[in-house]
Amino acid sequence: MRINRRKFLKAGGAATLVMGVLPVAQALAEKRQSGEAADVKWGLAVDLRACWEHQQAGCRECMDACHYEHNVPVGQGSKEEIKWIWSAPFKEVFPELEGVWEEDLANSAALALCNHCDNPPCVRVCPTKATFQTKTGITVMDYHRCIGCRYCMAGCPYGARSFNFRDPRPFIDKANPSYPTREKGVVEKCNLCAERLADGLKPLCVDVCPHGVLYFGNLKDPQSEISRVLKDRFSLQRKAELGTRPKVYYLL
Amino acid sequence: MLDKAFKGSPKYWAWIITLLCLIGIGFGCYLMQLNEGLGITGLSRDVSWGLYIAQLTFLVGIAASAVTVVLPYYLHNNKSFGPITIFGEFLAIAAVLMCLLFVIVDLGKPARLFNVVFHPTPNSILFWDMVVLNGYLLLNLIIGWNVLEAERGGVKPAPWVKTLIYISIPWAISIHTVTAFLYAGLPGRGYWLTALMGARFLASAFASGPALLILLIFIIRKYSRDDVGKEGVQKLAVIMTYALAISLFFIGLEFFTAFYSQVPGHMESLMYLFGGLDGYHGLVPFMWAFAVLAVLALVLLLNPATRNQESTLKLACGATFLAMFLEKGLGLVIAGFIPNPMGVVSEYFPTVPEVLITVGIWALGFLVLTVLYKLAVGVKEEVEF
Repeated sequence: MRINRRKFLKAGGAATLVMGVLPVAQALAEKRQSGEAADVKWGLAVDLRACWEHQQAGCRECMDACHYEHNVPVGQGSKEEIKWIWSAPFKEVFPELEGVWEEDLANSAALALCNHCDNPPCVRVCPTKATFQTKTGITVMDYHRCIGCRYCMAGCPYGARSFNFRDPRPFIDKANPSYPTREKGVVEKCNLCAERLADGLKPLCVDVCPHGVLYFGNLKDPQSEISRVLKDRFSLQRKAELGTRPKVYYLL
Repeated sequence: MLDKAFKGSPKYWAWIITLLCLIGIGFGCYLMQLNEGLGITGLSRDVSWGLYIAQLTFLVGIAASAVTVVLPYYLHNNKSFGPITIFGEFLAIAAVLMCLLFVIVDLGKPARLFNVVFHPTPNSILFWDMVVLNGYLLLNLIIGWNVLEAERGGVKPAPWVKTLIYISIPWAISIHTVTAFLYAGLPGRGYWLTALMGARFLASAFASGPALLILLIFIIRKYSRDDVGKEGVQKLAVIMTYALAISLFFIGLEFFTAFYSQVPGHMESLMYLFGGLDGYHGLVPFMWAFAVLAVLALVLLLNPATRNQESTLKLACGATFLAMFLEKGLGLVIAGFIPNPMGVVSEYFPTVPEVLITVGIWALGFLVLTVLYKLAVGVKEEVEF
């Protein structure tokens, strides 16, 4: 077939239009995808009193399961201890409320873990982006990028970060081959089981809790379990006055 | 010019060898730390920065204080600072070098140091600290070298050097301001969360830096034929007097805000430092030593008779340097972590290898300083005779 100048220009114009529009369309599609992710903001709630009562009876299920699952070393002594989720007296988890509560509640055991702040200071101070926030609002770490400067530990107002002062591997009794171990010299903390969430599962602590005192879900979905329980009951956040906007809630 | 560093008296060589031995011991300890991890230090999950970062903080001040001689000489054309300016600039070089080394030995993964460059993160103050410290080091190296070369040749430094000198003045302020921002922007660390931090850092720097410089100039006088600017030292002592007074005033301001407001997070660290908290008082003797030394120094400096007399001025400089070292190179960083975010006190004491690594870096700083000063004095003597 013969192509005259008119046809050539027409085809060329159409091709240019398609080539120009395609990246825009792609970008729009991506934006819609990330828009979907932005509709999810994971949160966790602890029923304070119920959890305390079961801890009094010796329950440590969530802590043991988490520390096994994530190859968290044990027995390094309190100064160098690595903690992802742990138990501390209520008055230490909420030091600013000290003195307001009766003695038994003040000393009652409360769970502490990374708050996965909506406005995380640790992410702000990290000089290499080794600590970063996912689209679903979880604060996670790249253990291979961390330089071990420990600025995040100074930045975290919750003491939720631990540093590998020595090689953690000799302190892991039974290694879980499905999750990496860490090296000496890097920081680590609770990742809200990002690896499980990616598979559509709940965080392990929530899943293994035999008493159902941990609630988990999408804070942006008003019908989720966590949104409903937060609506029904009065809750506390740790050091809410600092503006970090924790996404771990304590139900009263 | 470097050849001058290789010609010296037996005393000079004994000093160099002593420093090399200390560097060697420190390096050995550092290899041990590389092998076993930071577990060999006294650091903990609660007090996660200690002696190393405290030295960084203190030495950034020493580096920044070069501005106390550079500014009057170059901006106000105050001739009496002329003979000592080069010593201030060389002191800054040695101090920044120590700062960078203290950051490196504090890292858990020093091999990944360049991640700060590969993944630049402008929202991190540590990133900016790296930028300003390295920039300041480069500025002072170029300036110091060119000014000395010019002096040796009996000419004025090139005009572009002058431009760099003008840039170095606000740059000096920036290194200590940025270092203060490392601390002053962290929520939940009440002792550090104060807008006064930057100003406090600069004030204490302009006291401790000149104190060290004056002592160094006295040493230079003793070991060289060069009678280094008597007038300059007197003026520097006046600057130091003001800085020390302002510095102590600022610390007083912190006390007022903390104890009048009665906010626990702002009081507790000060209580731990000066009186003890929950039965722990590891730093109390050091902080009272700071207080006594600072008052002694202030009395000696405020009185013109003791400030102008060499022996008492030396004493005042020693007291100022030591006082500021205790306040900033020890108390400020450690107490920020006490009590921990859970309100629990866990104390920090450096270990022997940690102290030896620290001494090793100081020795390396003094080695660089000695060589640089040897060059500077050599050039000055060459020009004079």
